[in-house]
Amino acid sequence: MSEVALPAGGAKASAAPAPPTRTVYRHSRVVRITHWINLVCITCLFLSGLQIFNAHPALYWGQYGADADPSVVSLGAEYAPDHSLKGVTKVGPLSFNTTGVLGVSHNEVRGYPAWATLPGTRNLAVGRRWHFFMGWIFVANGLIYLVSNAINGHFRRDLLPTGAQLRPRHIVRSIIDHALLRHPVGEAARSYNVLQKLAYLGVILLMMLMVATGLTLSPGMDAFAPGLLLLFGGRQSARTIHWICANLIVLFVLVHVAEVFIAGVFNEIGSMITGRYTYRTGARH
Amino acid sequence: MTDLNPSRRGLVLAGTALGGLLLAGCDRLSQAPQALNILDAAEGLTMRAQRLILSGQPLAKEFRPQDISPTFKPNGSFSPTDPAYLALQENGFADWRLTIGGLVQRPLSLSLDQLKALPNRTQITRHDCVEGWSAIGQWTGPQLGGLLHAAGLQPNARYIVFHCADNLGGPGDGGKYYESIDLFDAFHPQTILAHALNGQPLATPHGAPIRLRVERQLGYKQAKYVMAIEATDRLDNIAGGKGGFWEDRGYEWYAGI
Repeated sequence: MSEVALPAGGAKASAAPAPPTRTVYRHSRVVRITHWINLVCITCLFLSGLQIFNAHPALYWGQYGADADPSVVSLGAEYAPDHSLKGVTKVGPLSFNTTGVLGVSHNEVRGYPAWATLPGTRNLAVGRRWHFFMGWIFVANGLIYLVSNAINGHFRRDLLPTGAQLRPRHIVRSIIDHALLRHPVGEAARSYNVLQKLAYLGVILLMMLMVATGLTLSPGMDAFAPGLLLLFGGRQSARTIHWICANLIVLFVLVHVAEVFIAGVFNEIGSMITGRYTYRTGARH
Repeated sequence: MTDLNPSRRGLVLAGTALGGLLLAGCDRLSQAPQALNILDAAEGLTMRAQRLILSGQPLAKEFRPQDISPTFKPNGSFSPTDPAYLALQENGFADWRLTIGGLVQRPLSLSLDQLKALPNRTQITRHDCVEGWSAIGQWTGPQLGGLLHAAGLQPNARYIVFHCADNLGGPGDGGKYYESIDLFDAFHPQTILAHALNGQPLATPHGAPIRLRVERQLGYKQAKYVMAIEATDRLDNIAGGKGGFWEDRGYEWYAGI
C-alpha cells in the first residue's frame, strides 16, 4: 500500500454533508494484473480439474490406488431398489445420496455434473489440455506475483501479521467482528486485519501446495524429484491432497467474494482494477 | 449490511451472467480446432521442461516387494479377438515372434524364449493411468535399448513404434492399438519389454506375451500385446498420424504428466 493520499472521491457538494473520506492507492499494478489473471487460471483449472477427476472419481491414500483398493472419497453410482440410478458420495465410512449432483446427474453416471466441468461433455483429453495450459500460465503468473512482492516488500509490509495482531485476544476480537459483519473504519480500514492477512497467506500456501501436489502426479516429475513422493506420502495421497486444496481454495473464493460484498462491492472491485481505495476517515460505522 | 441495494443486485446478476458466458465460451472453444492448437502449446512446453530436468536419465522410483498392489488393475483391452493372436495364444505363444524392423541395419525376429534368455531387468514400479489411478507391480524383461543395439538403428531413426495385436478401436486397421516413443526413452535403462508381472508370465489382460514398460510416462504408453517393433523417422504416416492409438484420439504424445 502506498502512502500517497489522493484527493477524496465523491467530493460533489450535496445537501447532507458526506462523511469525510480519503482515497489511497492501495493495490500495486502487479497485484492487480496478477489477481485477475489468477482468477481466470483458477476458474479454468478448477473446472478442468473436475473433468479430469471424473475419469476416475475416487481418491486414495498412499502410493497406489485403483478399483480394488479402499478409497477415502468416491463419487459413485448404485442402483436403487426401483432400478433407478442413485448417486452415492462416500467420504471415509460415511455415505450420502447425492443423486442429481454428484455420482449421477441427468440420469448419467458422472462424478461431477456437466455444468461443473470443462469441457461440459465427458472429454478427459480436452480437460487435460485445458488443465496443463492454464497450469503453465498459473505458475508463471504466481512466480511474477511472489518474486515482485518479495522484492518490493508487500508481503512483509502488508501481509505479515504484526506481533500485536497475533495475540489471541486480538484474533478472537477479529473473529467476533467478522461474525457480526462489523468492519474497521477510519485508519484501521487502510490496512488488512489479522484474519484477512492469515487468509491471504493461507491461500498463497494452498496454491503452492496445488502446484507441488499436481507435479507429484507426473511420473516424469517423480523420476526427477522422488522427494515429492516422500513429502506427500505417495502419488495417490498427493492426488487426494490436490483435491482437498482445490476445495479449500474454492471455500476461500466464496468467503473472499462474500467479504467484498459486505465491505463495499464497488470500492473493493474498483480498487483491484484502478488501485484506488476509498475509506471513511472519522465517522463511526 | 443487511440487504443488497438494487445496483449491487444488478452487479451480482451481471457478474453471474458474465461468468456463465465466459464458461460457455470456454466450452465452445474446446470444440474449435484452432483453440485446441493453442492449448496444445502446453504439451511442447511440458515435454521440453521435463526433458531438461530428466537429461541425466534418472530412474523412476522403484518400490519394495511389500509395496506391490494386491490387485493390479488391467485396463483398455482385456482379451484381443484377432484370430492370428488367438492362434498364437492357443499354443502358449511358442510360435510367436517379435520382429524388430524398419530403419535398422539387421532386422530381428525373436521368440519368447530368446527374449527370456537375454539379460533381463526386474523392477518394481508404479503404473499411472491417465484416468488418475495407480498400481504398483514387478515387471521383468529385456531392456529395449539392448535389442535396438543388436538390430543397429540407422542414423535417421527417431522413433520406435510398437504395433499391437489388440483392436481397442474396433475391427479394421484404424482400430489397432499402437504406440511410439523417441530414442530418449527407448534407451532408458527401465524401458523394458516385460514378459512377467509379479513373477508370473503376463496374463492376457496385462498384455501377453509382452508389454512395453516406459516408466516415466502414463499407462497408455505401455503398449500391450506387442507383435512388432519398428524404427522410423516419422509418425505422420502411421494410422491417425499422431504416434499412438490414444494420441490419434486427442491425448498427448508426450505423457510424462
